[in-house]
Formats: sequence, C-alpha cells, structure tokens
Amino acid sequence: MTTSRLRAQLGKESTTAGGSSRARAKLGADIALAVIGVCFVAPLLWLLLAAVDPQAGYQTKVPAAASTENFRAVMTPELLFQPLANSFLLSAGTAVVNVLAAVLAAYPLSRYQSRFNKPFMYTVLFGTSLPVTAIMVPVYGLFVQLQFLDSMAATIFFMATTTLPMAIWMTKNFMDSVPLELEEAAWVDGASTLAALRSVVLPLMRQGLGVVFIFVFIQAWGNFFVPFILLLSTGKQPAAVSIFSFFGQHGAIAYGQLAAFSILYSVPVLVLYALVSRGMGNSFALSGAMKG
Amino acid sequence: MRTRRFLRLLPVVPSVLLLLVFLLAPVAWSFYASFTDAALSGKAARDPQWVGADNYVRMFSDDSFPLAAWLTVVFVAASAVLGQNVLGLLIALLMTRSRRLVASWVGTAVVAAWVLPEIVAAFAAYAYFNRDGTLNQVLGVFGGEGPDWLYSFPLVAIVLANTWRGTAFSMLVYRAALADVPRDVAEAALMDGARGWQRLAFITLPLIRSSIATNLMLITLQTLAVFTLIWVMTAGGPASASTTLPVLAYQEAFKFGDIGYGTAVASVLILLGMVFGAVYVKLLREQRP
Repeated sequence: MTTSRLRAQLGKESTTAGGSSRARAKLGADIALAVIGVCFVAPLLWLLLAAVDPQAGYQTKVPAAASTENFRAVMTPELLFQPLANSFLLSAGTAVVNVLAAVLAAYPLSRYQSRFNKPFMYTVLFGTSLPVTAIMVPVYGLFVQLQFLDSMAATIFFMATTTLPMAIWMTKNFMDSVPLELEEAAWVDGASTLAALRSVVLPLMRQGLGVVFIFVFIQAWGNFFVPFILLLSTGKQPAAVSIFSFFGQHGAIAYGQLAAFSILYSVPVLVLYALVSRGMGNSFALSGAMKG
Repeated sequence: MRTRRFLRLLPVVPSVLLLLVFLLAPVAWSFYASFTDAALSGKAARDPQWVGADNYVRMFSDDSFPLAAWLTVVFVAASAVLGQNVLGLLIALLMTRSRRLVASWVGTAVVAAWVLPEIVAAFAAYAYFNRDGTLNQVLGVFGGEGPDWLYSFPLVAIVLANTWRGTAFSMLVYRAALADVPRDVAEAALMDGARGWQRLAFITLPLIRSSIATNLMLITLQTLAVFTLIWVMTAGGPASASTTLPVLAYQEAFKFGDIGYGTAVASVLILLGMVFGAVYVKLLREQRP
C-alpha cells in the first residue's frame, strides 16, 4: 500500500520536474556501460580478425583477403583433433568422477542430521580456498613418488579433487531442495533408500547435476597448469598444453593459426556456458514440485 | 545404533579419500619437503636430506623472494581488490539504471573474457599488449606512441589483463546482491532527497556489505593463484619484474630443479591461502547461523 503510493508519487515526480534528468541519467549509464563493454571486447577482436587473416600479425586489422586458410591449416589430427580428444577425455572423466563422488557424499549430508555434517561442510569449503597453483610443486613430487606421472587416470583424479569441494557444496544445496516428503512416499511404497535415491531424488535434481557436471567440465577444459605439469608425453596432452607448446616453442610466427586454434578450442565451453546460464533459472523451479 | 550411524556415512568415504590423497597429502608433503634439499635430479633427488629451516632462511636473505612477495601484494591489490572489485561493482550499479539491451550485451562481453579457457585469454592479452598490438594502435589513433608494455611495464600489463579476465565474477556477485536490495528502501531514501552518491554510500553499500566481504575473499584467493596469464604474457620477466609467488615457486622447482626451495615458496602461498580461507569460512558462518 505505502510502496505503491510512493511509486505513484515517484512516477509523478519523474513526469514533472525529474523527467528529463532521469532520462539523462539513463543515457549516461548506457554510454558509460557501452564504453566499458568496448574495452572488454577490444582484446577479443584481434582473435576474431586474425583467425580469418592468413597474413595476421599482432595488429587488429580487417584482413585484406579473408579466408579459412588458418582453420584448414590447424585442422589436422595431430595438431587439433588428438589434443581436443584428450581435452574431452580429461574433462569428461573429471566431471564424471566429481558428480559420482559428490552425489554419494551429498546424500547423507543432506538427509541425515549429524554432528559431523557442519564441520565437514565447512572443512570442504575451506578446501575450495587452497590455491591450486601453489600445490602443483608438491603434487609433482607426490606423483613422482607414486609413479603417477604422465598417467591420464591419476591426472583425472587429481583434477577432480581440486573441484570436488565446490561440487559437493553445490550438489548438497541442490539435493536439499528436493523435498524429503517425495522420498518418504517412495519409502512407504516399499522402495529402498538406494532405489528412492535413484528413482526419485536424482531425476528431480537432474538439472542441478547437469549444472555441476558442466561447471566442472568447463573448469577442466580450460585448465592449463595441471596437465602442463603432470602429463609429459605429447600424445596425452590436452589442447591447452599443445597450443602452448606448439605456438610458444615454435617462435609464435603463425599468429593467424594461433587465433584459429584458440577459437576452435574455446567454442565448446562458450556453448556449455550459454546452456548453463540459461538453464540456471529453471533448476530453482524445483522447489515448486510440492505445490505442483 | 553406532554401526548404523557409521553405515549412513559410508557414501562420504570416496570423497574423503580423494581429498586426503590428492589435497591433504600434497599440502603435508609440501611442508615436509620445504625442510629438505629435495631436487629434480642428481643425488638429492634420490635421497633428500633434512636441512632444517635453511630454505626459509635463504628465502629472506635472497633478493628474489621479498621482491616476488611484494609483486604479489601489488598484483592482488591492484587487479583484484581495486580492479575487479570496483569495476565489477560499477558495472553492476550502471546496469541497474541502463537499458536492458545495453546491460545484456555488455554483460556478455564481460563474461566472455572470463569463460574463455585461460590459455586463450592469456594469448589474447599477450597480443593486445604487444608492441604492435591493439592497445598501441588505439593510442596511435589519439596521436600517442605507446611503449612496449610487456617489456617496459610488465606489472601494469598483467594487472590490466587480470582485471579484464576476472571482473565478470565480481559483476555477477554484485548483480545478484543488488537485485536483493529492497526497492522500497531505495525509494524511501529518494523521497527523503538523498542524492545518488549518498544513497550508494549510506544505503546500498551497507546493505550488500556481506557480499562485498565474500567477493573480496574469493577474488583475492583466485588472484593469488594466477599463473597461466603471467606465464604466457611475460614468463615473470623481464628479469623478475613480474615474478609473483606462484611463478617463483614454479621457476625454482622446475627450471632450477630445487624442489626443496620451490616447496618452501609454495608452503608460504598455501599458508596465505589458508588464512584467507579461514576468514572466508568465518564470514559465511556468521551470515547463516
């Protein structure tokens, strides 16, 4: 009641005295934002233009003769497809390990009250704050001791562990939003805990699990430092490392190809991000399952 | 009863094992190895000797560690606390007043720099700050002649690059926080005749202070760990003009083969991370009792 009156009053104010100043403020905000936006796009412009310019340098310029030559040059099995396949294997493996471990861990944390829950969740949260780059030197030492170096599986498990704290935290929150009543109904119908988890809880939170999966996948796909340290043979290295060793060590002369490679390598995560950010709103609609 | 309670917690075991083996063990090993002369190759690689606090003594008598620590502080303060945090807040505030279309386009541009794989962002930043790069082209249009940023002002270049890369996170945090500020409060203040900056300083900022604290903690931790961006842009150079602590730890351990000294530097970073992490957890606990 009071709010609506205030709003009406505000509306009146803006039509009389404040009208033009409000519009001016809005235009000012638009212009300021646009300037900031241009500054953020500027470094990416080079990437787009150089990719289609066979004579690309470090300058941002419209190519004299645009062509797909750079893309064709990098689209070879050893330069692009093998590293991308490795990236996919690493990222998908990391995401699968994360989702499995996180679902298992989140279930008792979400469903049973215990003295152990809170300290555990806060310890996990604390784990998210360890700077991963700082532990790479000791991890390398550990991998040498355990003879894990250059092992794809061990690298997957390590990468999964670095994102696991975040994954557990997110999964528990998603699971908390699945109403216990639905699960209890399944129990009454004679379903075991495991069956109820599989047939009631997981389907209801599949969007949340999708978010966790994609979140971990994007992180692993973009990770450079971990595989750079732990994977030594070129046949196992993901795109992030192969791009660095190819263009870094060969004197970085093929700027156009570097840009083309970067774009091809970035597209999957851009698509996945767009998918998640759009779906994000829906996963919270879940709490309405009880009202429905 | 007891076994039942234990069985219930059984599903947590895989996660706990992973965290113990791949997170806790490296941290513990880091502290241990920092007291030895462990090396990448040679005699000390097979049979590392206990050297006490030698590595830590060397750290403070050496020139490289104090310089790296100082550069890290400047890098974090300038690119995270000032750059990402303030710019992210500014963008989020501007978005509340601007047209929706403008806000969504600018939001996409800011987020793009953040979602890209870090190596791609680093290459783009390298090209941008290159002597012949886009930044100097723009300066040229206005009649100035830009320096070779990566060589003459490496710290400025990596600070700007990290601000560009990371601002999206702060922007997203502050957009969510500002969306939760009740409209009535802002409107009531407007009715009382509060000016724009007064509303910001006395109403909006106090209302989102917990988001500000959480955001500062998180971006500080993220920026402390930045390696790839610096490694691709300047590799810590020229000389060690942009060698932050992660770069120093990497160089000592893998370039000079001195794992003992490298883990000592890493241990300092881990301790720093732990301090910030503890404050972060404490902040969150206070928010949801």
